[in-house]
Amino acid sequence: MSDNQGPVWEIFLQKKAGQPFVHCGSLHAFDKEMALQNARDLYTRRGEGVSIWAVPSNAIVASSPEDIGPFFEPSNDKVYRHPTFYQIPDAIGHM
Amino acid sequence: MEDNKFEEVFEGKLAKNEMVEPKDWMPDNYRKHLIRQISQHAHSEIVGMLPEGNWITRAPSLRAKVVLLAKVQDEGGHGLYLYTAAETLGISRDELLNNLHTGKAKYSSIFNYPTLTWADIGAVGWLVDGAAIMNQVMLQRTSYGPYARAMVRICKEESFHQRQGFEIMTHLSFGTADQKAMAQDALNRWWFPTMMMFGPPDSESPNSENAIKWRIKRETNDQLRQKFVNQTVPQVEYLGLTVPDANLKWNEAKKGYDYSEPNWVEFKNVISGNGPCNKQRLLARNKAHNEGAWVREAAQAFARKRKEIYEAA
Repeated sequence: MSDNQGPVWEIFLQKKAGQPFVHCGSLHAFDKEMALQNARDLYTRRGEGVSIWAVPSNAIVASSPEDIGPFFEPSNDKVYRHPTFYQIPDAIGHM
Repeated sequence: MEDNKFEEVFEGKLAKNEMVEPKDWMPDNYRKHLIRQISQHAHSEIVGMLPEGNWITRAPSLRAKVVLLAKVQDEGGHGLYLYTAAETLGISRDELLNNLHTGKAKYSSIFNYPTLTWADIGAVGWLVDGAAIMNQVMLQRTSYGPYARAMVRICKEESFHQRQGFEIMTHLSFGTADQKAMAQDALNRWWFPTMMMFGPPDSESPNSENAIKWRIKRETNDQLRQKFVNQTVPQVEYLGLTVPDANLKWNEAKKGYDYSEPNWVEFKNVISGNGPCNKQRLLARNKAHNEGAWVREAAQAFARKRKEIYEAA
């Protein structure tokens, strides 16, 4: 059985201008143009987006779930990165 | 990590209501169960386009036609969301399609019944999509991430499907005597096949126990069936129609309706290939796939050629 569905692409949609692109799913397509057209037909039938990114799945580098501890740990003990770590005098009010 | 350590992490995720993602370790049987369930679901969306497609060219108005076209297009989209969710479990699209086309994989028994009149399009949208939504709302919280996310998208789109079906039933039920009779006839033929969509009774459902244990499903077949009856009966009454079940009656103690079980022998016959339209459906799928082969080949050849030119330059 030959594989003739084309490679998999990951699709990211921007809902409105200025907003971040969010992953919405994947699809098969043979080239960039087809990936964009298929994404439009599949993921924006109700005006869900104003802009589309199509990225070949195999181009995505992902952290692995087993790494969740050691990989993200360095930031866990750095509470001073959060604004709540600091005391602002009452007289100053909002800062 | 040892295998049992992996299993502990997996079980821990389920216990905390966290989602399992494609790269996470999962037991082989969980993976197999999901591939079976998600692919059956995808095939149902795709085969489900056929009974409704039957009426696109004969819709009674332009409005009805554009609505039905949009609905059938959505079903195609839903099939594609689900195929890509299944593919994250390590099965290829070609393998999935091949399993459908050779009859190895199943799809919902409901799509092996014919759509004989326009009222059937109403009944399908109202009852069949209504039953599907009941199942899909639950699946939005299923334990496998890509499946749950596909379901969220699908549920958003499905609610228009059920409404358009109910609108057709409303027009017919409040129309002429002949139209009302047509609506009743459609309800008579679709009621029990719709009840079968939730699957065999819990006592005889081989896959239910694992599905609940793994939080793939959160409600059993019988619970969903009961919910569907409770929700639908008042709608039938509103239409002035009659549920074709002499045993249907309100049970105050359980705050729900008592109802007759569908004919489970018929159900088994239909899923094993002997329903009214099984052969027709498979033939139609195979024909569409085979006759579309040249498009896939041409697209592939075009992409290859362009890549060669790009690389030579």
